[in-house]
Amino acid sequence: MNSSKLNFTRRLALSTIGAAAFALAGPAVAQNKVTLGVAIPSATHGFTGGIVYWANQAKKDLEKAHPGLQVIVKTAGGAPEQANQLQDLVTVNKINALVIFPFESAALTKPVAQAKAKGVYVTVVDRGLTDTNAQDAYVAGDNTAFGKIPAEYIAKALGGKGNVVAMRGIATTLDNERMDAFNAVLKNHPGIKLLDAKYANWNRDDAFKVMQDYLTRFPQIDAVWAADDDMAVGVLKAIEQAKRKDIKLVFGGAGAKGMVKTLMDGSNPLIQANVSYSPKFIYDAVKLTAEARLKGDKLPATTIIPSVLITKDNAKDFYFPDSPF
Amino acid sequence: MPQEPAETHRAWSGRLHGLGPVIGLVLLCIAGTLLNSNFATYDNVMNVLTRTAFIGIIAVGMCFVIISGGIDLSVGSMAALIAGSVILFMNAMAPVLGSPLMAVAAGMLLAVVLGAAFGLVHGLLITKGRIEPFIVTLGTLGIFRAYLTYFSNGGAITLENDLSDLYSPVYYASLLGVPIPVWVFLLVALAGGVILNRTAYGRYVQAIGSNEQVAQYAAVDVHKTKILTYMLLGVCVGIATLLYVPRLGSASPTTGLLWELEAIAAVIVGGTVLKGGAGSITGTVVGAILLSVISNILNLTSIISVYLNAAVQGFVIIAVAFMQRGRR
Repeated sequence: MNSSKLNFTRRLALSTIGAAAFALAGPAVAQNKVTLGVAIPSATHGFTGGIVYWANQAKKDLEKAHPGLQVIVKTAGGAPEQANQLQDLVTVNKINALVIFPFESAALTKPVAQAKAKGVYVTVVDRGLTDTNAQDAYVAGDNTAFGKIPAEYIAKALGGKGNVVAMRGIATTLDNERMDAFNAVLKNHPGIKLLDAKYANWNRDDAFKVMQDYLTRFPQIDAVWAADDDMAVGVLKAIEQAKRKDIKLVFGGAGAKGMVKTLMDGSNPLIQANVSYSPKFIYDAVKLTAEARLKGDKLPATTIIPSVLITKDNAKDFYFPDSPF
Repeated sequence: MPQEPAETHRAWSGRLHGLGPVIGLVLLCIAGTLLNSNFATYDNVMNVLTRTAFIGIIAVGMCFVIISGGIDLSVGSMAALIAGSVILFMNAMAPVLGSPLMAVAAGMLLAVVLGAAFGLVHGLLITKGRIEPFIVTLGTLGIFRAYLTYFSNGGAITLENDLSDLYSPVYYASLLGVPIPVWVFLLVALAGGVILNRTAYGRYVQAIGSNEQVAQYAAVDVHKTKILTYMLLGVCVGIATLLYVPRLGSASPTTGLLWELEAIAAVIVGGTVLKGGAGSITGTVVGAILLSVISNILNLTSIISVYLNAAVQGFVIIAVAFMQRGRR
């Protein structure tokens, strides 16, 4: 919460300073010329929709603040397309800095290494490359906390005793990290029983079906770890349809605006908390990279944007009504 | 109807092949009951039938298109775009019309009209434009989904709360203990069966699928019949969508993902030949139910690793297809 608040004020302050500098001194301010390429997945679901939104937001804010900066945003529908875009960015757009959210870790490692070999400063976001030598800096969300925080919250809310069902996203390393972190916490709470964890593909409809079947199968469920706010939507509908009163808590994840709003308004007693994993980290990554490169600085090798617990008290800091996510 | 071979043995084996999907479904249900005693409960059966309704209704329309020798890959994207458009339309019309009920009714009508219009475009491009159906609908698959993503900014399009409350009984309410979507599914399937087997149009569809040139010489209006077939499928997609929207009251770029493959699989598992000419609505309905029963059973048990869910579905599809081989 603090970091996001800090970022916001810093962003405000920076853009004001930037605008003032521009007005006073005009283009005479000595700065390195930076052409920054941003390669991200295209908007195919809520989270990537947020990524695209925040990347374009970063382009808008930063280009206004820094006249020497040009940001080029490219969205790709798959790993091969992203690799092609990378080549275009290097040879046609002549970028000297790159922020990439790799579509797949393994497939993009070589293309990114080639870009770096041509002198491009590379920041990798979220999905790590298989060979870290191909990157200069790594900025990521905290997947361990994404699984740990809900597990701790659920264990505490249930008083260390009860039945829990979980949803999983799509089989990826990131999904495994979250699940492992969740399980690790539950090991310390032998009274909490994880009945099952099935894949629902970060999809509302699939989560609805999986939850319906959980409800058929288990007569007593105390809490649901939906592990994603889109999946939580489907879970809530399935519970409502079955008119089941045994479930006390549904924990989503990532802080989508609809769920954060529900939390702020307290409009659903099942939704009591959330954990942040905002697509806004692409904004932070672009900003950190651009500002460091304009000054000729380097970024720390790894920057983790912390995932924190969102409750009714701090929900308003995580509510971005204009973002699609 | 294909002519039954005169020889008794072959007639019997032909019937056995036709029963492939039914036998598959019965075996699956026995397995489901043994694995989890909750499988055979009334509530679970209704859950499965209700969620089959979308794919099932689309599959009925798809059955016509495939029998006529065509294919439509765009149905999932089409359903998503119709869902998104209908939600935006309802949200916008509620204040204009001053009555949420009118807005919902107009939106439901729009779903069917949009489906028919998209089907008309497909039909015209395929017949008058002389483009392969595979290519036309592969193109619109991308176009429809891209427009939905554009309208939603990559996020979700959500129906306003009062409209959602008014509309949700269309999915959640029951008539005589059977949920509305199941009734609609049944009606669509019955209508499909009557149209395919008892009308001139149905016979034209089968004739075109078995031999387009012969049908043309027999004075069948091939273009008109084909266009109507794609429109019929579009209407089915529209009906499926107007049942889908009230379930979650939202549409997102993941809505209807891969529905086209599920619908095509339901049709083919149900015994319709992919190259056209012959097929059955009953088989299609059984095929659609069979596919949802598989995932239902997998959710109700944890004997198989979750990583292998898709493989189980694959094995069952191939096994059922094997049982009805030799019908081509």
